[in-house]
Amino acid sequence: MTINEAQDRVIEEFSEFSDWMDKYAYLIDLGNSLDPIDEKAKIPQNLIEGCQSRVWLDAAEQEGKVVFTAESDAVIVKGIISLLIRVMSGHTPDEILEAELYFIDQIGLKEHLSPTRANGLLSMVKQIKLYALAFKAKS
Amino acid sequence: MDTTLDIAAIRADFPILSRTVYDRPLVYFDNAATSQKPRCVVEAIEKVYYNQNANIHRGVHYLSQVATEAHEEARQTVQAFINAAESREIIFTRGTTEAINLIATSFGETFCNEGDEILITGMEHHANIVPWQLLRDRKGIVLKVVPFNERGELDMEAFSKLLSPKTKLVSVAHISNVMGTVNPVAKIIAEAHAHNIPVLVDGAQAVSHMPVDVQALDADFYVFSGHKMYGPNGIGVLYGKEKWLEQLPPYHGGGEMIATVTYEKTTYAELPFKFEAGTPDYVGSVALGEAIRYMQKFGLKAIGDYEHQLLQYATEQLMKIDGMRIFGTAAEKASVISFLVRDIHHFDMGTLLDKLGIAVRTGHHCAMPLMHTLGIEGTIRASFAFYNTKEEIDALVAAVDRVQKMF
Repeated sequence: MTINEAQDRVIEEFSEFSDWMDKYAYLIDLGNSLDPIDEKAKIPQNLIEGCQSRVWLDAAEQEGKVVFTAESDAVIVKGIISLLIRVMSGHTPDEILEAELYFIDQIGLKEHLSPTRANGLLSMVKQIKLYALAFKAKS
Repeated sequence: MDTTLDIAAIRADFPILSRTVYDRPLVYFDNAATSQKPRCVVEAIEKVYYNQNANIHRGVHYLSQVATEAHEEARQTVQAFINAAESREIIFTRGTTEAINLIATSFGETFCNEGDEILITGMEHHANIVPWQLLRDRKGIVLKVVPFNERGELDMEAFSKLLSPKTKLVSVAHISNVMGTVNPVAKIIAEAHAHNIPVLVDGAQAVSHMPVDVQALDADFYVFSGHKMYGPNGIGVLYGKEKWLEQLPPYHGGGEMIATVTYEKTTYAELPFKFEAGTPDYVGSVALGEAIRYMQKFGLKAIGDYEHQLLQYATEQLMKIDGMRIFGTAAEKASVISFLVRDIHHFDMGTLLDKLGIAVRTGHHCAMPLMHTLGIEGTIRASFAFYNTKEEIDALVAAVDRVQKMF
């Protein structure tokens, strides 16, 4: 599945919820079921710190593809990260670098795109791309 | 609720309060961050720009004189509001933060040397911490912190012990922006003065909630911001006793603050102009004066009493929710409630309350050391103004209850 196919799948899933309450209840479910990050990866270098919540993001390379793991102390943020990982994980650095993320806006969580809210989802995306860039440089 | 105030009429003065967010009526409980503005304040800004805009203190022409007069009248309004002895003791700044930075710089450079101590408390927001740390880096002073107890009240015994011959200044919040604690500043000032130590009071959270009399308090410096007291953004006040302000060097250099300038030497203007370099915010000052008159129409005592009822009601109702933890339960408390429910993250709670139309603050409230002391990352903070109602508190309580059930 390409990154865009994965995004479209998420958009389709969210289109089934008629109100925001259900969307957030789903995000909370997703957040609660996100695989925890390796404790060893919870180091300052992997931390994206903001005013609101903390996010740890780690990446590893497997057969030319980048695999992400992440965690946050806020459950809704964790839910959003789990979507982000679902979309971005398991692709080549080039695919990740070229990806344009439109699903957050389309599933009605646009407010989480602002630079300070949700600890800057934008900074998470930026960090994901930086990892991709690093792996690309290495290969 | 039992009050002499006509809250419905007051709300009608604030157009923003009748708007909706996400198709729900807005419940605005982020007043400790900034207050909403009554129509008269916004109209005052409009009036200055439409009718009397001209740079002040410079022109001989009619408009400049009108504008100058309005600006200086506003200074007198502020003077009367906090009962300062002289209008030249009122310095207009950009806000509380700039006022504290001014003192940290001008007072710090003049009176503080390596090893000297500045005393603050464990409940200061960053504006009353960082300027002193900058001074520490420049001059090698020592920053000492007065602890507080589990109710969020200052440990006055510790305060007494921390005062030393090396203490050059005590800088303390009148009201904690996180816990709502009203600090015993009159007592603090009296004790500091017994050792000839001046005191700066950060009144950012106080001036819109209680009558403040700087002479009765005997404060050496008292600072606050316009935007938290129904006034405009970008203007604030530094009150300083004349005897101190006379001794302090200017903070910024430029126009307005000079008497004469040659390339060899500049002499400075008299107070208050010595500290007001550049074109002052003469629009903001007039609007601030209007905001003060607006509050005075009702009386700070009546405003404070009504807000206290809101606080008590909200505390009682919120405590009915399972797992509710309120941070700050001082006997003397202003209308701020910081809370968490069980282990639900403040960001999760805040996000969902927002969707229900309720504006609260979440996070560390620019008081990270305080959060550290409490052993938490942040709280949800609901802070009330006198335009808020019991019904809005009911909406908050219902929303918190609904949200906590989602986790």
